Amino acid sequence: MAKNETRRMRAIDDVSFDIHRGEFFGIVGRNGSGKSSLLKVLASIYRADGGTMFMDGRLAPFIELGVGFNPDLNARENIVLNSVMMGLTRNEGLSRVDKVLEFAELEEFDQLKLKNYSSGMMVRLAFSTMLEADADILLIDEVLAVGDAAFQQKCADVFVEMRESDKTVVLVTHDMASVERFCHRAMLLQDGQVRMIGDPEDVTREYMRINFSHGAEGLAAGVLSEDEMAARVVDVWLEDAAGRRVRDVEIGDRLRVRVEVEAQEDIERPLFEVTFSNSQKQHVVGFVEKDEFDLLRAGERLVVSTDLENVLTPDRYHLNLHLCRNSNRGDIALQGVDLLDFVVFGQTDAPGLVEVEVESHSRIEPGGDGDG
Amino acid sequence: MAEAPKARPRNPNLRRVRGPSAIGGGSRRFFELLWLLSLTDFKKTYFGTVLGYVWSLLRPAAMFVVLLFVFTQIFRIDGSNVPNYPVLLLFNIVAFSAFQESTLASVESVVAKEGIVRKTQFPRLVIPLAVVATAFMNLGVNLIAVLVFMLAYGVDPTWTWLLYPLILLLLLTFTTAVSMILSSLYVRYRDVGIIWSVLVAVLFYGSAVLYPLESVPDEYQNLVLANPLTPMFEQGRQWVIDPGAPGALVDGWTGLIIPAVIYVTVCVMAVVVFRREAPRVAEDL
Repeated sequence: MAKNETRRMRAIDDVSFDIHRGEFFGIVGRNGSGKSSLLKVLASIYRADGGTMFMDGRLAPFIELGVGFNPDLNARENIVLNSVMMGLTRNEGLSRVDKVLEFAELEEFDQLKLKNYSSGMMVRLAFSTMLEADADILLIDEVLAVGDAAFQQKCADVFVEMRESDKTVVLVTHDMASVERFCHRAMLLQDGQVRMIGDPEDVTREYMRINFSHGAEGLAAGVLSEDEMAARVVDVWLEDAAGRRVRDVEIGDRLRVRVEVEAQEDIERPLFEVTFSNSQKQHVVGFVEKDEFDLLRAGERLVVSTDLENVLTPDRYHLNLHLCRNSNRGDIALQGVDLLDFVVFGQTDAPGLVEVEVESHSRIEPGGDGDG
Repeated sequence: MAEAPKARPRNPNLRRVRGPSAIGGGSRRFFELLWLLSLTDFKKTYFGTVLGYVWSLLRPAAMFVVLLFVFTQIFRIDGSNVPNYPVLLLFNIVAFSAFQESTLASVESVVAKEGIVRKTQFPRLVIPLAVVATAFMNLGVNLIAVLVFMLAYGVDPTWTWLLYPLILLLLLTFTTAVSMILSSLYVRYRDVGIIWSVLVAVLFYGSAVLYPLESVPDEYQNLVLANPLTPMFEQGRQWVIDPGAPGALVDGWTGLIIPAVIYVTVCVMAVVVFRREAPRVAEDL
């Protein structure tokens, strides 16, 4: 049995940091920077070759939701099993079953075997099991990537709650918006080493800076042209009706978006997508360019001009864009984040993130005589 | 937005985190998990299929019928030399099945639970132990069926029946040790699975399961006796089925030296290998 030749790689090296009780701590970095390895070392899943680590309190030994669920058992049995994995006793687990089911809104499915659960139900169950297990320290790896929009919102609510609570949370993520929304502090890893620890805003900015070199002139926040990117943004701006560049848009005015992108490699069947994100980093609206081309050759420019109804309510916005290959949104050739910082101003009474044209009537009817 | 909590002076409650280990996470959690996992698997064999328990008995039973036919009708083991041969055969097959099923199932057990191993801090030792525990729960139930068969066949109960749990304990320990070695080595060397499936067959025919030790020609007796399983089966036979059988001491105490050394070596190896491999399992998977 010959041992395979293996190449040794130091996933993390010389990393030293403190996380305080009650802190929501973000770990960011590019793929392969050592984030997940570090989390696994913290969770005692991987063993560090050297160094020391201290902890006070009970750690939830999971880094991903739903691990350890047995598809052949029903929800109740799985909650107990998972609670025991969390370090509770069987009785403690049993006594928490109802609370978990209630939070997950799965009371009527408590006898259903997990293999018959939808993935959304599974995630809800997993998340509430984790919360009810009441660990002091939670390690979470990209949890927001799972589940549907409604569940993500629920996760976000819980995170906001955790941020204020006594729990210590370590969140590993690619999503800078989550870092800024939830974290007290964040750490940026690069090639297995700590590049920076500090305010989430500073860390995300640094992350952007090292990941995206500066783009062309005319960009509000030049965070573009990563080495691997197959195209670059030449220019992006907003216009008014007269074709003049504007910085800010009054509520109700149409948004006239102009983007010029230059391909650095051939891009087959380019797909162009734009979203607008608000000050909370929420992507409020967006569009996909309808015109289709077979090929955008290296050196050619794709010039997109779009007029769209401005449904945005007053706030500060950024424009984000993606250029994808093969009409496939997963195959990103160019990513531009937080381009074109602009403000929508004006007055509106409409609650919510967007204001849409509404046609609505109402009237008052006399009360019924049944239970007056 | 709330301010980040202020840095505090060094917390006296801080404990050193030692990283992953075979047992990791405290002994209470270890036993709770072991119990839950093996009970779950055990229940699955009973309630997961239509025939449930029948299946777990059917395999040794079918094997028993075939082997009984082969050995009594074709090779003609003489009933006068080996009293209660059919009972002995069934008894041995059921016990060997527990060893065989545990070890075969445990080979891939750690790899099969990859998700748990890679994404949670899980006491790795629980995984092969749960497999063994499940198989021995099955053995317990099967032994009740064997007991019924034994009494129906006319084997006289003796007080030495009460000693049989000692042998079960020896078998359980040995099975556990082998399972620990197999499950941890398989993570890095997938060849282990194939090698073991052959080896376990060799052990089946080389362990005095099908035949009594005294029917083995003298020049090979030492070879069969070197196998640590043989003394267990032989002693079990003497205590439970045939008080006139020679038992484990067929060759005197000196005959037990080699199997005892092998037994202890396997057990020590199990601890050493598992302790060495367990912390690395997540990376090697």
